[in-house]
Order: sequence, then C-alpha cells, then structure tokens
Amino acid sequence: MTLQRREARLAWFLVLPAVLIVLGLVVIPVLWNVAMSFQRIRLIELQTFNFLSTDVSLENFRRVTGLSRFWEVVRTTVGYTFFGTILSIGMGMWAALVVKKAFIGRSLVRGLMLFPYVAPVIAVSFVWKIMLNPSFGITNHWLDIFGVQPIDFLGRRDFTLDLLGWELNAPVALSVVIAFEAWRYFPFAFLFILARLQALPGELDEAAKVDGATLSQRFFYVTLPQMKGVLSVLFLLRFIWTFNKFDDVQLLTGGSAGTEVITVSIVNWLQGRSDVGSAAALGVILAVILVMLLFVYFKWFFEEETA
Amino acid sequence: MTAVQTTAPAPVKAKVTRAEFEEKFFGVLKWASVAFFLIITAFPLFYMIALSFKPLSALLQDPGDFLPSWSDITGMTTYREVLRPRSQGGQGFGIYIRNSFTVALTATILTTAIAIFGAYATARLKFAGRKLMTWGILIVYLFPGIVIAIPLFVVFTRLSLRDSLWGLIIVYVAQTIPVALYMLRSYFITIPVELEEAGLIDGLGRMGVIRRVTLPLSAPAIAAVALFVFMIAWNEFLFALLFLSAEPDLWTLSLGVNQLDSQEVPKTVLMAGSVIITVPVIILFFAAERFLTEGLTAGGVKG
Repeated sequence: MTLQRREARLAWFLVLPAVLIVLGLVVIPVLWNVAMSFQRIRLIELQTFNFLSTDVSLENFRRVTGLSRFWEVVRTTVGYTFFGTILSIGMGMWAALVVKKAFIGRSLVRGLMLFPYVAPVIAVSFVWKIMLNPSFGITNHWLDIFGVQPIDFLGRRDFTLDLLGWELNAPVALSVVIAFEAWRYFPFAFLFILARLQALPGELDEAAKVDGATLSQRFFYVTLPQMKGVLSVLFLLRFIWTFNKFDDVQLLTGGSAGTEVITVSIVNWLQGRSDVGSAAALGVILAVILVMLLFVYFKWFFEEETA
Repeated sequence: MTAVQTTAPAPVKAKVTRAEFEEKFFGVLKWASVAFFLIITAFPLFYMIALSFKPLSALLQDPGDFLPSWSDITGMTTYREVLRPRSQGGQGFGIYIRNSFTVALTATILTTAIAIFGAYATARLKFAGRKLMTWGILIVYLFPGIVIAIPLFVVFTRLSLRDSLWGLIIVYVAQTIPVALYMLRSYFITIPVELEEAGLIDGLGRMGVIRRVTLPLSAPAIAAVALFVFMIAWNEFLFALLFLSAEPDLWTLSLGVNQLDSQEVPKTVLMAGSVIITVPVIILFFAAERFLTEGLTAGGVKG
C-alpha cells in the first residue's frame, strides 16, 4: 500500500465518527422531516406508526397554510429577523468603534459587553420579563416617575401614536422582542467588527486625516468601505440564525401579542396540537422561505459586486 | 456644523472647524456610549442578583427599591428554597445541577475528541471527499435546529431514549461538532507543516504527530473549543424541552429554571434559579476570556 493510500485511509478513519454522527443526527432527520410532512402523523400514534407508509398527501401543507394567521406569522418572522439582524449589527459596530482605542477600564467594558451573548437565554429572558413587568418591574417604575402609565410591554400588541392627526400603529411586544434580539446578539457582531477594525491598515486613515477629512467623513468614506466584507458575512449569519431562532421569542412572550414566529408556531403544532405531520410541514416551509430569501440576498449581492 | 464654517467672519474668537467640532463631539459621545453599554450589559446582571435576595413582599411594595438589605443577603432564603429537594418542598435544583454538569461535560469531551481527529484529517490529509466534507460542515452549521428537532423527537420517543440523558448528549454532540470542527480546522491550518514533517522524519506515525506535535501546539484553540461546546450545551433549551419535559428527574438547569416561571413561585426565587444557571458560565468566561474571544472570531460560533 502506498503512503498516499495509507494516509487517505487514516483520514477516513479519523473523520468517520464526525461523519456518522452528523449524518445520523442531522442529515437523515432533515430528509425524514420532509417525508413526514407528507404523512398524517399524530403524537399518540407514534408508537404504532408505519414510517414507510406510502399514504402521502399535501394535506398538512394545506392545513398549515390555510390558517388565517399564517401570512401574519410569516410577515412577523421576516420583520423580526430583518430588524433584529440590522439592529444587532448596528449596535455591534457602535460598540466596536467605542472600544477600538485603548482607555482605562477598556478590558472590563469589553468583557461585560459579551455578557448578553454568553449568558443562558433562559436567565436573561426572565430578567427582561421581570424588568418589564407592569406591576413590579423597574422599567415601569421609572416611567411612572415621569408620569407615564404602566405599559405591559410583552403583553400589548400595539400602541397608537397620534402625530398631528396621523395615526401611527407601532407594535409594542414585537419591538421589545426585536430589542432583546439586538441586545443579546450585538456582542457577536461586535467581536467580528472589532477584530476587522483592528486589522485595518492605519495609513489610509492617516492620509485622509492629513487631507483634512473629519472623523465622520473618515468613517463613512475610508473605514466603512473596508468593512463591507465582514458586514455582509455578519448579516448573512445573523439573518439565518435569527430566522431559525426559537428560544428567545418562546421564553419572552410564548408567541402572543403579535410575536408569533414560524419556529414558535412549529412547536405549538408539535406539542400543543400533537400534530407531528403539520409541524414537519411547517418546518419545510420555514426552510423554503429561508432559502428563497438567501437566494434574493445573493442575487442582489453579486449584482452589486459586478455592477 | 457647516454653518459654523461658512458664516465665518468672527474675527475675535478662534474659528471652530468642522474637524475640531467633530473631534470634541465624538469625544463626548464616546464616553456617553461607554456609559450606555455599561448600563445595558451590567444592569440586567446586577438587577438579577439583587432581586434574587430581595423579599418579594418588599419588592411588590416599592419596585424601585430593589437593593436587598444585609440581612436579606445573609438569609439566602430563596437559594435555600431553590436547592432544597422536591421531597422536602423545595425546587430540587441539586439534581438539575448534577444533570446539567453531566450532560455538558460529557458532550464537551465527546465533541472535542471527535472534532480534533476530524479537523486534523480535513486540514492536513489528502483524501477523496475532503472538499465535500469541508463544505458539508458549513452547510450543516447553518441548518435550522427546529427542522432536526421534530424527527429526533419522534425517533427518541420510539426508542424510549427520552427517558435517559444519552439522547440529549448525542444531540448536543451532533449540534456542536460542525462548529468545533470548523474552529479547530482553521487553527490547525496555521500550524507550520514543517514542524509536523520534522516529526514524521523522526519516525513518528501520523497519530504520533497529532499527539506530540499538533495537540500541544493547539492547546489554546482546543481549550476555546471545549469551553464553547460546554457553554452551548449548558445554555441549551429547545432540545431539553422537547426531549425531557416528561421526566423531572432528568431535567437540566434550563428546564428547572423554566419550571420556576409559574404563578405559585415567587419571582425572587425565579431570579435565584437564574443566578445559579448563570454563575458557572460567567466564571468560566472570565477565567478564559482571551481564549474565547479569539476562538469566537476564528470559527464564528452559532447562537
């Protein structure tokens, strides 16, 4: 046996455990989820159900999309994901600019900034819930000092603003959930942006400074264009992960008050209604919408690049 | 800002240019921003700890006065209730702590070991399917967890794996392998090949090179990966909820804390539970912040 073949054999032996586990617990389940979405499966039938049944239909998809709420849920998911992503990246950029240069206490500030991201979601979501509680939370207590009526931040669907005769409907609970998302994930964007900022060559900035460019001009015309790569990757990653996120919304509102996103809906079908087939169908819909949005993103991104 | 510049003829006072104005303005804004970020990150943590000691009645009376007194702190009543076994009317967190450590530590050891070998092979060895592996990892890394959760829930119910911690452990291993493999692979590539070749020439086999050369050189990266896997497994909620909710004896801390969110349990006890689940992560994190921030940007950890 040649050395090359021995190496290849060893390589396969080394990657085998990883491949088997990922195939068995990720790839096969995904394929199987697609198969289940065409079958009628209830939770109580699981023990006796024949998984190779050829009795397939589109009934699950019809049931799931037939609900009057369906399009609202899709809209909520897209809005939540888009604004959550943009805000977390914006805050991350802001934070990175703030701690870019050394100052006393910088490492403490930088360390604390990572707290929302590394803390267990269950703990931080309950802290938010209690802070925002209308009867004993600190937020409403402080608002009360300014004479504002207590607001049930996580239970109220929307708030009508009267701006000079214009009636603006602002979603309340959904905005809070988006703010939570921005708060919890800005450290992720912050770390990537900071690493990129510190790796930028200083000469360009210096040259612009000598030419009389102000701080904001240097940011918009010198720094920002060099950040395009990292920002687009961050947008992509955060968009995908936020779109698939379940815990945050489930723990804050349980999907009530206009915050129901697709993932929360899936778990409701699974556990609330014990309808495995419909849950699987909604999972497929989630994946399809995500792939469509990514397609649009890439198309737009590459046209932008080549233009 | 430009107005200052153009309406200029103010001969006595020195003219403030836009550049000078911005330097000052952003100088002030910077400190305001530092304060803002300190408040939004530290205050929730501080509030959680303070409330976990505060008696509920006092909080309901005046929500603004959330600082506990010294006797509240030394009394530790909420913590005692959280930790007392359920048979004695407490919340039984002792078992949950043990379960969480079992699950997170086992998953960490398994994932790190499997990922080290896999990452080494994809970084250094030539074999058919290497490219496919590398791409496959990335795609799996981005896959919606919820789509995987439904079929796994079904299989585990069928196999009765839902009444053991092993089901949860292997799911965490499967979920974290792509991240770990990706992070380690990008680190292994940076190790100079010459060092490994020197090892081979000196008569070490590949496994010997991994053990004697690669592993010692990548200790910081391996530590970062292990810490990350531990944190992901420790913090996880969705799969634990789906797989274990019927078996209180197997609950991890996430489920234990979730259980505290009910009408019968005072919110201060809920906060004590939240502190208990947060403390290990914070300790680990501050002990190894350097590794973690480097590890994070190297692999891009999912969350």
